[in-house]
Amino acid sequence: MTVARYFDEMSYGPAPEADTEARQWLARHKGEFGHFINGAFVASASGKTFETNEPATGKLLAKIALGGAKDVDDAVAAARKAQGPWAKLPGHARARHLYALARMIQRHARLIAVVEAIDNGKPIRETRDIDVPLAARHFYHHAGWAQLQETEFADQVPVGVVGQVIPWNFPFLMLAWKVAPALALGNTVILKPAEFTPLTALLFAELASAAGLPAGVLNVVTGEGETGALIVEHADIDKIAFTGSTEVGRLIRERTAGTGKSLTLELGGKSPFIVFDDADIDGAVEGVVDAIWFNQGQVCCAGSRILVQEGVAPLFYERLKRRMQTLRVGHPLDKAIDMAAIVAPVQLQRIENLVAKGVAEGAALHQPTIELPKGGSFYPPTLLTGVQPTSIVATEEIFGPVAVSMTFRTPEEAIQLANHTRYGLAASVWSETIGLALNVAAKLAAGVVWVNATNLFDASAGFGGKRESGFGREGGREGCYEYLKPKAWLGRKLRAAVAEPALKPVVGDFAMPSVDRTAKLFIGGKQARPDGNYNRNVLSPKGKVLGEVGEGNRKDIRNAVVAAQAASAWSSATTHNRAQILYYIAENLSGRADEFADRIAAMTGASAANAKAEVEASIARLFTYGAWADKYEGAIHQPPLRGVALAMPEALGVVGVVCPPEAPLLGMISLVAPLIATGNRVVVVPSEPHPLAATDFYTVLETSDVPAGVVNIVTGSAIELAKTLASHNDVDALWAFGTPELSTLVEKLSAGNLKRTFVDYGKATNWLDREAAEGPAYLRRATDVKNIWIPYGE
Amino acid sequence: MEDLAVKTGASKVAQSPAAGHNWPRNNGIDLDFGWVLDQRVNLSAAERRVATLPGRRTVKKDAQAAWLLKAVTCIDLTTLNGDDTTERVKRLCAKARQPVRQDLLDAMGMGGRGITTGAVCVYHRFVSTAVEALDGSGIPVAAVSTGFPAGLIPHDVKLREIEASVADGAKEIDIVITREHVLTGNWQALYDEMRDFRTACGDAHVKAILATGDLKTLRNVARASLVCMMAGADFIKTSTGKEGVNATLLVTLVMLRMIRAYQERTGLKVGYKPAGGISAAKDILNYQFLMKDELGREWLEPDLFRIGASSLLADIERQLEHHVTGAYSALNRHPIG
Repeated sequence: MTVARYFDEMSYGPAPEADTEARQWLARHKGEFGHFINGAFVASASGKTFETNEPATGKLLAKIALGGAKDVDDAVAAARKAQGPWAKLPGHARARHLYALARMIQRHARLIAVVEAIDNGKPIRETRDIDVPLAARHFYHHAGWAQLQETEFADQVPVGVVGQVIPWNFPFLMLAWKVAPALALGNTVILKPAEFTPLTALLFAELASAAGLPAGVLNVVTGEGETGALIVEHADIDKIAFTGSTEVGRLIRERTAGTGKSLTLELGGKSPFIVFDDADIDGAVEGVVDAIWFNQGQVCCAGSRILVQEGVAPLFYERLKRRMQTLRVGHPLDKAIDMAAIVAPVQLQRIENLVAKGVAEGAALHQPTIELPKGGSFYPPTLLTGVQPTSIVATEEIFGPVAVSMTFRTPEEAIQLANHTRYGLAASVWSETIGLALNVAAKLAAGVVWVNATNLFDASAGFGGKRESGFGREGGREGCYEYLKPKAWLGRKLRAAVAEPALKPVVGDFAMPSVDRTAKLFIGGKQARPDGNYNRNVLSPKGKVLGEVGEGNRKDIRNAVVAAQAASAWSSATTHNRAQILYYIAENLSGRADEFADRIAAMTGASAANAKAEVEASIARLFTYGAWADKYEGAIHQPPLRGVALAMPEALGVVGVVCPPEAPLLGMISLVAPLIATGNRVVVVPSEPHPLAATDFYTVLETSDVPAGVVNIVTGSAIELAKTLASHNDVDALWAFGTPELSTLVEKLSAGNLKRTFVDYGKATNWLDREAAEGPAYLRRATDVKNIWIPYGE
Repeated sequence: MEDLAVKTGASKVAQSPAAGHNWPRNNGIDLDFGWVLDQRVNLSAAERRVATLPGRRTVKKDAQAAWLLKAVTCIDLTTLNGDDTTERVKRLCAKARQPVRQDLLDAMGMGGRGITTGAVCVYHRFVSTAVEALDGSGIPVAAVSTGFPAGLIPHDVKLREIEASVADGAKEIDIVITREHVLTGNWQALYDEMRDFRTACGDAHVKAILATGDLKTLRNVARASLVCMMAGADFIKTSTGKEGVNATLLVTLVMLRMIRAYQERTGLKVGYKPAGGISAAKDILNYQFLMKDELGREWLEPDLFRIGASSLLADIERQLEHHVTGAYSALNRHPIG
């Protein structure tokens, strides 16, 4: 090309970013990397390696150690040894370390950006302008949390040793999202980068060590899926944080079930991108570029489902197609491109297959007639229009530069289409009418909503999903709690097993009998006979029959869930209204305090004084959550933009509650009250041995203006009913207190729809201890934080 | 890699004279209030597009030299100062004829291309001087008009000023709109005013200066752009150079999108002229990237793109010398304009 030719054509020439320093770094390591364990690079015990390649050319970049059991053991041992001293450091000392890491990232920003672009295949623009600056910001922000930990999280302690498994789409940014909060709050880490993209994690470990991070605090074990499994299943790891596919997330949930490992899962999505007819159409078109052609669409929160209001759809599509024609796909280190390479041939193939299926199912394919580089894994920006909700491309995450599109008629229909998915990660809403945009944002089932924007991230605002997009948040105060646990729960001990009393035969006499009372189930605001029409005895500790309760079965649970789902108005009731009702329940319980105390004493053998204390504590607890109902508020995050991110705690939806065997009234109220205070509807399985306090309680509910379906009670076998609740796909969360087996079962079966779980692993809570048994620790678990980003300006 | 727009646009524009007008002229359409009021611009979204542009597009080496030379051909080399004199204007015209040193053009293989600026832009008083000084060069003279820069003289006087400049040989008239019409939402008045200006221009092409720095909001910019095009503007132009804020990439984005919307509906291509505040070579490249990506290849040529600038040329000359020699240049190595 000559100046004259460029002058005539006015085309963009090549504009390569130099990779000299990156290649030199690889050469210094002789193209071969070990694990980073206890402050030094070590080869795999097995001597095995795997290769990481350059997606843009397919060429070999480096040989990487393949982590086996011995390597993971060594890393965990190093992390365990370091955790105590690391946690004991004053917050200010950890803050200095985190600050040093942030500065170190900034000093080596270009090297990190270039290595990342080469290894992942994404454009240098994105690594340089987005990934690396956001990562540095994450370390700065969390240096701050380390500094403030002693005052802001005084009632919490670090979780301990954390295993973190991160994906290949944002290798360095995900490292920062995982490592920064974990280290800041006093945990130590075993990090496994994705097999396609291990290089920046190794570079980071090397730089972190040079920046003075103590040995063992951060360990990097490289490998494939099996290495990840070794970490997930390691007995001496306290928490697993995973970002990746929903499929693998489900496996991790199953494999960690019952181990007591805390778990954060940030999984897939099929996030809606909703364009209303009053949107800035050109702005929205550009939004699509950032939504689905950012990082070649390999973004878990990619706006991959475009929903356009019918009236503007033709104009929108016309402009979108025109814009697609001006996108440039090129080599990752080209500084004049919009898209670069897909991470690996296998991913490219998956994209091609899914698009072919979508087209076979009737979608109209649009791809611009632009050139793609030859040789590597490249795929053009793609739009599929006329996609029906039944098509595989409308439901499956493609994880490539492919947007699917359909139209809607009304805001209501937009919300319905948007929420009609198993995922719930992110959403983007485009409208210039504030009332419409915010109303829709509030109703979307997503952890993050961007108004007139897309793919905005910041360390100060929590990121994470609902439903099968996983649980837990990364970033902000809400993200810190994922790496902490309440101090008050540290002393909990395994529940002592209580032998079932032997049944004493009833011997009738000639005294005036009491009137027979039939305890029923309580479903949808009505007393209901159990579906199977079987009942079970309720015995006193001495074996005397105190009464009978219904033997609930799976159909009763089904009915209760239907009733709870139908009571969705409770979730949008005013907080004042919910507070009033909680106080009213307390008032009505108080009026029958003696009766409940007698019942508790009869069932549990508690002394009259202790039984009375349980009732009084129950009344107080209802007051506590009546108090919280209109005070458990969100936050206004201030990410670096002209606007705000509203962090709003939202009800989970329908929550199953399997009550602990002990404290038949207080245990139930301690779990139900925070849930309904925050707008959830519950299906309660009362204390299995002592269910009569719960069946008495429904008459209190009936007199307390609790709307039908908000609290449903199904008596019976805790473990059997928990099974149905845990595997029920229309139950959003399950709280289960009781035996270790119950916890294991609940966590395992919850993997189906990845419902949030709250279990005690068989450890008994002292329900009379306010520190351990009430407050924000419960409210946080009763809610998901939704972050609504609202940039503004005219 | 080259994109399609290049291939389809290349043959047509290659033949175009430096400042010719090769597209059907925009004769305007009836004022469409609904369309005007329908315009919405989200500030944050627009800012994001502009902020990420320099990371998405760049040109290096030969390509950069070519793009900068192309920018030279689009410059309305301008002097609009109270101390302008005929000799000052003649000097400017000489620079317009030979904006880049011949030895540099030769070194780039562009010596025979007749590189000139797009036009020379002066006040009415100096139109005849400039016309004479540019005789035979094909470089048109543009006159700022209608009570430039505030535009607050009587309407009939504005029309007489246009007619006088056209009579003196101006081929292009840069008018200023009455900002009050925009700020008060009086779209009919804006439309009528612009229509009269257009009629008064006759065969001379008219550039409508919106004075975006006075209009403040992007919504106002979008609406004013649309109304001026409906009333027959050949170009829409950002600024007089005298407002507090002149050309920015942000208002450029909005105005380009309006030009595109107008083309979508009418098939007509309207030109764009940013003016004021563009003095660095690297800045003008970003405008060119936006022109190409938002509107297309055709909008990089002087018949649809002009740059109102006085000091930009000097920086481009330095960059071109650096490209040719590899050494950083100095202002005094290039003839003054």
